[in-house]
Amino acid sequence: MKLFTLRGGVHPEGRKALSADMPIRSVPLPARLFVPLQQHIGAPATPVVSVGDHVLKGQLIASAQGAVSSAIHAPTSGRVVALGDYIAPHASGLPVPTITLDSDGENRWVATQTLDDPFELSMEEIAARVGAAGIVGLGGATFPAALKLNLSRNSGVKTLIINGGECEPYLTCDDRLMRERAVQIVEGIRLIAYAVAAKEVLVGIEDNKPEAIKAMQEAVRGSEVRVVVMPSMYPMGSEKQIIQVLTGNEIPAGGRPADIGMLVHNVATAYAVQQAIRYGRPLLSRIVTVSGGAISKPCNLEVLVGTPVQELIEFAGGYALPVARLVLGGPMMGQQISHARVPVVKGTSGVLALTAAETGQTLPSPCIRCSTCVRACPVGLLPLEMAAHIRATDLSAAVALGLKDCIACGSCSYVCPAHIPLVHYFNFAKGELMEQERGKLKLAATKKLADERLERIQRIERERQEAAAKRKAAREARERNKAAAVDELSCLVRSLPLSDPLPLTGEEAIEALRGSQVNELAAKQAATQTITEAA
Amino acid sequence: MITAIASLTVLGTILGLILGVAARVFRVEGNPLVAELVDILPGSQCGQCGFPGCAGAAQALAEGSAPVTLCPPGGRAVAIALAAKLGVDADFSGVKESASLIAEIKEEICIGCTRCFKVCPTDAIMGAAQQIHAVFREACTACGKCEQVCPTESIRLQPVMVTLQSWRWNKPVAGEAI
Repeated sequence: MKLFTLRGGVHPEGRKALSADMPIRSVPLPARLFVPLQQHIGAPATPVVSVGDHVLKGQLIASAQGAVSSAIHAPTSGRVVALGDYIAPHASGLPVPTITLDSDGENRWVATQTLDDPFELSMEEIAARVGAAGIVGLGGATFPAALKLNLSRNSGVKTLIINGGECEPYLTCDDRLMRERAVQIVEGIRLIAYAVAAKEVLVGIEDNKPEAIKAMQEAVRGSEVRVVVMPSMYPMGSEKQIIQVLTGNEIPAGGRPADIGMLVHNVATAYAVQQAIRYGRPLLSRIVTVSGGAISKPCNLEVLVGTPVQELIEFAGGYALPVARLVLGGPMMGQQISHARVPVVKGTSGVLALTAAETGQTLPSPCIRCSTCVRACPVGLLPLEMAAHIRATDLSAAVALGLKDCIACGSCSYVCPAHIPLVHYFNFAKGELMEQERGKLKLAATKKLADERLERIQRIERERQEAAAKRKAAREARERNKAAAVDELSCLVRSLPLSDPLPLTGEEAIEALRGSQVNELAAKQAATQTITEAA
Repeated sequence: MITAIASLTVLGTILGLILGVAARVFRVEGNPLVAELVDILPGSQCGQCGFPGCAGAAQALAEGSAPVTLCPPGGRAVAIALAAKLGVDADFSGVKESASLIAEIKEEICIGCTRCFKVCPTDAIMGAAQQIHAVFREACTACGKCEQVCPTESIRLQPVMVTLQSWRWNKPVAGEAI
């Protein structure tokens, strides 16, 4: 198959040999697991268990909340001992709401249902089951997979691309998965293709994984799935880049693969989909590469979500050399963490303990405008210009140069001979833009509230005045009626044969009427009636 | 000679008439810039800028007697928008983000007097007489009006805690190893 060329990219030393030949092994069941409620892009899940509850392996412990979210299941059987904050596996080291689970050692499953023919299910049902199984993109982006399936089913999929690129150095988890579980992966791929009615299915694998390519080629024989060998290059495993290499199509700026009829899923996601649909098993574990120069015995481990990173490192024989940097994920885009007490989550593809020689910490020097970064940028941006604008806090100029299209792959920082932390500048600027955007939204919302309050206060005041005016008018009308009645009375009194001088005012007239010795019944009755009417 | 004088006079009269009519037809009531500036400002009328409400601040801005960084609740977003509208350059590095402070109620000393609830310009406080009040964090602009009226100092402006959602990368420091 003809491949298309990719602009930019770098060729970092792979260092995959450290762990590539180590078969996947399981880590012993940890005594305590920390399951964060936010392991995906979108809203955190809502816990559905309480402290003290006994849960079974695979039982739902936190349900998806809102449009973009994902469910979370108990990785093993045991007792919920805490619902609270725990350190997030994130560069900030900030806490995240977490369910802490004490394992009972039995690893007892909830009742699961195995399907003989998963292709009997409807397309919608497959997407629903993938969502219920809490499957997220396992390539690292952790976007809820069911959402992607639903969006793509509605917009139509021309090409389904399965990403077996694994272009990050050190990482071999997808490589091992393809070598050892190719049949299951291919069934997962076919299920995804069926769920979105894909017309073409391509599996892109980099040529530095010959065993994985062979295993996958054997597994796809007789199916509509095609394995495509791609040249090894970083960032080949990025969604936009793999689409470009395999199909020649470029996603428009700010767009999604669905805009051009593409859908990209990782091989590990395809495996998780197969497990969920055929065996009814939710996503509870993933393959993690434990590697780096400081690790005694680099390996690939199948790890339950929530297992502390410390246990993985101990299982891999601990540290052989002093650790300069601990990284979750790959060395190019991974998260630097400050200690190993954080848990493994759905998006953790690797745990790397790097030595000082590997991290190569160097002081940045001034930009020499060699434009190596421009040649390395896979998106075709001008990293040196963007960074200069950001340094001068001129974010709008950086945005005009395409900052929002930056995929933060780090190729520019990697090649910079002056060691300028280019991608750090871009991450900083993107955060700043997000903050500004949030500020604008909040301002618009609070302005609306302030306007509404002002309008409400004015309305209440207006209504109060209107009510007062109405009351005043009614009172005046009553007074007028009363005065008229009194006048009538005084006329009546005047017409009576009284001994006293005629009273002058209405009040005196009433008094006079009351006090007088009038015997004419008719007059009295008329007066009474008039008073009643006036009142 | 006479032709020239006559033609210029006629021309002057006609153009003068046109200008006179235009001045009446296209007459502008007040400075339209002030209305546009009021639209940019938060509208909470908190008075922290030292002007009587947002309209007063907008008037001062339009006259050029106030800096674009005058609005504390608006923060950097408003300062940048104002600078863009007025076409001025300003140093925004000292301007804090609008969300850096937020009102918080110490529930154990709130007596439920409803004073803060009544003065809040964005209805960010919920409460009733003899009930503990609460702040809607999303609606609070940190204008500080509630802080001034609280008889027990129960409501105070506190710095917003950074969460996993609001955490951002810092700016790379020159001369720091990477």
